[in-house]
Amino acid sequence: MFEAIVFWICAVGSVAAGTAVFRVDSMARATFALLASFILAAVPILLLELTYLGLVIILMMVMEMMIMLVFMLMYMMNPAGLMPMKMVHNNRMSLIVAVVVFAVLAGGALVTQWPQTGRASTVEPTKALGLDIMGPHMLVMVIIGVVLFATMVSVIVLSTAHGRYDRFGDDLRTTPPKDPVRGGLGR
Amino acid sequence: MTDTATFSTLAVVGLLVIFAYAAAATAAVMRARHAGAPWSGAWAAPAREVARLLVGQRTAVVGSDRLLARIGGLLLPIAAILALLVLPLGSHALNDLPVGVVWFNSMEVMAWVAVWMVGWGSNSAWGVVGANRFLSQGLAYELPHMFALITAAVGAGSLRVSDIAAAQSGQLWFVVVMPAAFLVYLISMMGFSFWGPFDQTVGRDIVGGVAAQLSGVDRLVFLGGRYLMLTIGSAMAVPLFLGGDAGPLLPGWVWLVVKTAAVLGVLVWLGQRVPTIRMERFAEISWVVLLPVTILQALVVSIFVVVGWM
Repeated sequence: MFEAIVFWICAVGSVAAGTAVFRVDSMARATFALLASFILAAVPILLLELTYLGLVIILMMVMEMMIMLVFMLMYMMNPAGLMPMKMVHNNRMSLIVAVVVFAVLAGGALVTQWPQTGRASTVEPTKALGLDIMGPHMLVMVIIGVVLFATMVSVIVLSTAHGRYDRFGDDLRTTPPKDPVRGGLGR
Repeated sequence: MTDTATFSTLAVVGLLVIFAYAAAATAAVMRARHAGAPWSGAWAAPAREVARLLVGQRTAVVGSDRLLARIGGLLLPIAAILALLVLPLGSHALNDLPVGVVWFNSMEVMAWVAVWMVGWGSNSAWGVVGANRFLSQGLAYELPHMFALITAAVGAGSLRVSDIAAAQSGQLWFVVVMPAAFLVYLISMMGFSFWGPFDQTVGRDIVGGVAAQLSGVDRLVFLGGRYLMLTIGSAMAVPLFLGGDAGPLLPGWVWLVVKTAAVLGVLVWLGQRVPTIRMERFAEISWVVLLPVTILQALVVSIFVVVGWM
């Protein structure tokens, strides 16, 4: 009973907060509405006794949305995002896509034959879920994670306009390096 | 909830508030002494400030986002009090989650949301600058902070805070085994409560930054939340690194209070003595020095655990 109440509050709240993202006229409010939607979606995971996963989702979503918020404000059309803005464009097409995706996902969840094993909860649920999803491919997925991270770092290194020749000169011997912003170590 | 549980919850929150007041009062006394003013009356300065803010008018700039600013202002003390849930008091915590360390960290990063909301919502350039300073500092200290927390968890083999405290009973305290993690923890806790060297968020060079436009009870709740955050950070250092309630002669709860007061005292003292560090300087120090040091510390502790020394 308690779980059902919490689930429905979170489910309705999550959809409502998700809707609010497109109803508000400020990038800051839209971001926090999206964050609220994510956090409310994480609470049902806590109800599944996947405490670790649920809390990590909340932790990561908060940090990620705060970083995203700064980028969204930086890249917005008006300076610093201090003017109100419209949060929707291409209304008809995006509405169609959203409804179709929601119907497919929700329908999939409803028609799937979920296993009814009633497995004892003595197993560590986080570990069990990881094994169920990844199975024998755990090592591959771990390596892919590292490769993705290395890719991100490499892309940033390659795309930065201020390379090592700019910092250390043509013979790479200039000390201290010429940085637009000096760090705290006096290098 | 039973009567006992209600009572203990209230007692713990009350104790937290008393500690937060003591921190504010100590800081006021240190400031008065430094300024050469008579400092005996400075103990009551925070109380006078509270009274002033309680009767003060709540003002807001035209066009400010009051909703976000008020949610943010409330979120800071609420996050600090929620973080308190997993703090072991004697044998048990209010809610001894099996992943208490993750809960603690999740509640701490709520401070990012809270401070940014307040800074943005005030519709002031100084507020936005302060809010973005807080985030850029946060990105620098959060990874070392996580490694510091994880190192303590690895040493105990559990993410449950009471297990981490219990793992140190009759053994060396974690502060001896993992001093770098302890140091990084203290640094990042000052960051989370924008205290001392990290006070650029509310810096004088940007006329108070995030708090520039706050007045009345809004200012009280926000700055009170800052002291609560500092206090809960000091309290959590005790089970994580300082052996929990272990100590000779005196009962456990006295040791908890004494150790928390000691850590809080050190943080308040540091806050008054250490100059402000600019966030771009701290970013390099954090990524180039603190992060590798905490990773090495985690490696060393992991080896200890594998070898069986811990």
